[in-house]
Amino acid sequence: MPWLMKLDKLPLREKWRVAAIDWSLIPDSEGHRLRSLGMDEGVAVEALHRGVMLARDPLAIRVGRMTIAIRRKVAAQITCQPEQA
Amino acid sequence: MTKMPPVIALVGNPNAGKTALFNALTGARQKVANYPGVTVERKAGRMALGDGRPAELVDLPGAYSLVPDSLDEEVTRNVVLGQQPGQRRPEALIVVVDAGNLDNHLRFTLEIIALGFPVVVALNMIDLAERDGLTVSSEALADQLGVPVIETVAVRKRGLEELREAIGTAVTAPEPQGDLAAKLIGDRKDISDRARDIARSVVLNETGGRQWTRRLDAVLLHPLAGPIILFALLFVMFQAVFAWSDAPIGWIEGAMEWLGALVSSVLPGGLFQSLVVDGIIAGVGSVVVFLPQILILFFFILILEATGYMTRAAFVMDRLMAYVGLSGHSFIPLLSSFACAIPGIMATRSVMDQKERLTTILVAPLMTCAARLPVYTVIIGAFIPAQSVGPGVGLQGLVLFGLYLAGIVGAMLAALAIRKGITKSSGSSFLMEMPRFQMPRLRDLALGLWQRAWVFLRRAGTIIFAASVILWALLSFPNVPEGSDMSQAEYSVAGRIAGTIEPVVRPIGFNKDIALAIIPAMAAREVAVSALATANAIDDSGDEDAVAQTLGQRLAGAWSLATALAFLAWFVFAPQCISTIAVTKRETNSWRWPIFMTVYLFALAYIAAGITYWTAVYFGLG
Repeated sequence: MPWLMKLDKLPLREKWRVAAIDWSLIPDSEGHRLRSLGMDEGVAVEALHRGVMLARDPLAIRVGRMTIAIRRKVAAQITCQPEQA
Repeated sequence: MTKMPPVIALVGNPNAGKTALFNALTGARQKVANYPGVTVERKAGRMALGDGRPAELVDLPGAYSLVPDSLDEEVTRNVVLGQQPGQRRPEALIVVVDAGNLDNHLRFTLEIIALGFPVVVALNMIDLAERDGLTVSSEALADQLGVPVIETVAVRKRGLEELREAIGTAVTAPEPQGDLAAKLIGDRKDISDRARDIARSVVLNETGGRQWTRRLDAVLLHPLAGPIILFALLFVMFQAVFAWSDAPIGWIEGAMEWLGALVSSVLPGGLFQSLVVDGIIAGVGSVVVFLPQILILFFFILILEATGYMTRAAFVMDRLMAYVGLSGHSFIPLLSSFACAIPGIMATRSVMDQKERLTTILVAPLMTCAARLPVYTVIIGAFIPAQSVGPGVGLQGLVLFGLYLAGIVGAMLAALAIRKGITKSSGSSFLMEMPRFQMPRLRDLALGLWQRAWVFLRRAGTIIFAASVILWALLSFPNVPEGSDMSQAEYSVAGRIAGTIEPVVRPIGFNKDIALAIIPAMAAREVAVSALATANAIDDSGDEDAVAQTLGQRLAGAWSLATALAFLAWFVFAPQCISTIAVTKRETNSWRWPIFMTVYLFALAYIAAGITYWTAVYFGLG
C-alpha cells in the first residue's frame, strides 16, 4: 500500500504521481485552467520550488514536461503517491 | 475571376514559439490592429505558399483550449469557428507545438483536428528539445495524428520551406462543413489521456533534461535571492528610463525647435502660423518627447517577457499581491502601467479571475505613467531646492521617488478597498505556466518595439493633435479687446471656463493657472505643462528647455510651495487622461466602471491635494 501526500507538502525534487484530485473543492475556472496546464489524475509531478519569504507560497511544480506556478490552497486538493521506481 | 488569397490561421498553446514562427513566415510585412470591439490584437501578414501563391497569415492569441478561459482564448475560438466579426474564417490552420512539451500541446492539437480543418502541425523548437535530450519522431507523430507534421526551428528559419509546401497543399483540401461549434470537444479526460499516449509513443529517447532552466530557477525563485534580484532589476530599469533617455529627448526637442523655426520663417505671421507653431508643433512635440522613455521601458518589458523571466517575477510577487486581493497575474499589467496605463489595462486580459481583472484595471492609472514625468519635473525643478540629503541622494530625486511610492501605496490601498467593498470576492487565484528560459531574438524585439512606437505615435498624431488644436483655439478666442487689463489667456474661452472652476479648486490651494491647466490635461497629462506655459503668457513657440526654465522661474515667483505640493499630490491620483478612461470602457464593456474609476480617482486627488495644501500651510509654507 503506497503512502499518500498532498501536493503542497511534497518534499522538493522527488518524483511523485497524482493519485486523486478533489475537483469539487477547486473553483470551476481554476479547475479548467488546471486541466489545461496538464494537471490530471495519473500525471507525473515534482515539487521544484517553494515561494518567496516566510509564506513559502506559491509553489513551482513540474507537471509532465511543463513547470507551473500554483498556490498552496489549490495544491492541497491534489493527492500524490510516490513514483514506483 | 480573381480570388481573395486564402486565410491561414496560426494557432497554438502559449509559449509554443508561435510569434517567432509568424515573424519568420511573414517577415516585417505585418499589420497590427485590434479586432473590432475588443482590444485583442489582430496580427496579420502576407506569406508565400510553396508554389508562390500569396496567403494571408493570421497570428491568433495563444490558447490552451478552445473552451476559453480568457478574452484572448475567446478570440482564438471565435476566429477558428468563423464567428469573429471582421475576420474571414480560415481555410487552413497551422498548429504550432513545442517539441519539448508534447504531452500538453497535443491536447489542443487534437481539439483543432477534431473540427475537420485542413491542418499542418509545426513541430517547433525541435532544437531545444534535442538540447534537453529528447528525440522526437515527426513521422510517428504524423502517423498518429493523421496530418502532415513539419519539424521547424522558427528562430533559425529551419523547416520554413517545407511548411510553405505543406500548407500550400493543405489549402486545396475541402473546408469543414456543418456546425463547427458542435464539434468542440473541450477538456475531456479521454482527450488529455490520448494526447499523453501519443506524446509517449513519439518520444523515442529521453535523457537528462532542462538543466539550464532549473539552475536559473534555483536562483531566481530562491525565497530570499529571488525578490532581491527582482527589485534590483526594477531599479536598473527605472534608472535606465531616465539615464538613457536624456540624449534622444534632446534630439527630439532640437528637431521640434528647428521645425518650429522653419515653419515660422516660411509661413506668414498671423493666426495660421500661431496654430501650426504654438498649437500643433509645440503640443504634439511635448508628447513625442516621451517616446524614448516609453521605448526604453518597453524594451525592458519585452526582454523580460521574451526570456520567460516575467512569469518568474509574477511568481515572486504573487504572495505580496495576495495581501491586497490581487495575484502574480496582476503584476505584469501593473508594471506596464509605469510606461502607460493603456497597454497596462490591455495586458489585464491575461488575469484569469474576472473580479481580480476589474480591480487591476481600476488601480492601474495610479501607477506613475511616463506622461506624469514632465509635470513632476517642471514643478520639482521650480520648487524643490537641488540640495543633497545624503551621499548620492538629492532632495529632488527623493521627492520624485516619493511621488512614485505614493502612487504604488495608493494603488495597493485602493485595490484592498475595491476588493473588500466593491468586487467582493473570496480571494484571487494564481495558476500559470512557467516556460523555459530562452534567449530573446533581436529581430523579434525590434519588431515588438517598432509596433509599440507606432501605436504611441499614432496616438500623438490623433488625440494629442486634436487636443492641441482645440486648446490653442480656446486660448486664442475671443481676442482680448485693446486696452483691457485682462490677459489674452484670462479673456479667452479657456480662461472663462477656468474662472468657473477656480472656486471649486480654491479650497485645495489651486489658483487660476492650475484651474486652466487641469482641463486640457484631460487629453494627456503632459499638456498641463504647455497649458501653464501659455497661461503664463510666455512665447511658447521657442526652445523647449527655455520654456521649462522660464516657466519654472515664473511659477516659483507666482505660487506658494504649498500650492506646488498640492499640485503634485493632485497628479499622483487624478485620472487625467481620456484615453485611459476610454480603454477602460472598452475593456470592461460598460460605462459603469470607467465612471466609477473617474469619480474615485478625482475624489482621491482632491482629498490628497487638500491634505497636502493645508498641512503645508500649517507648517508655514503657504
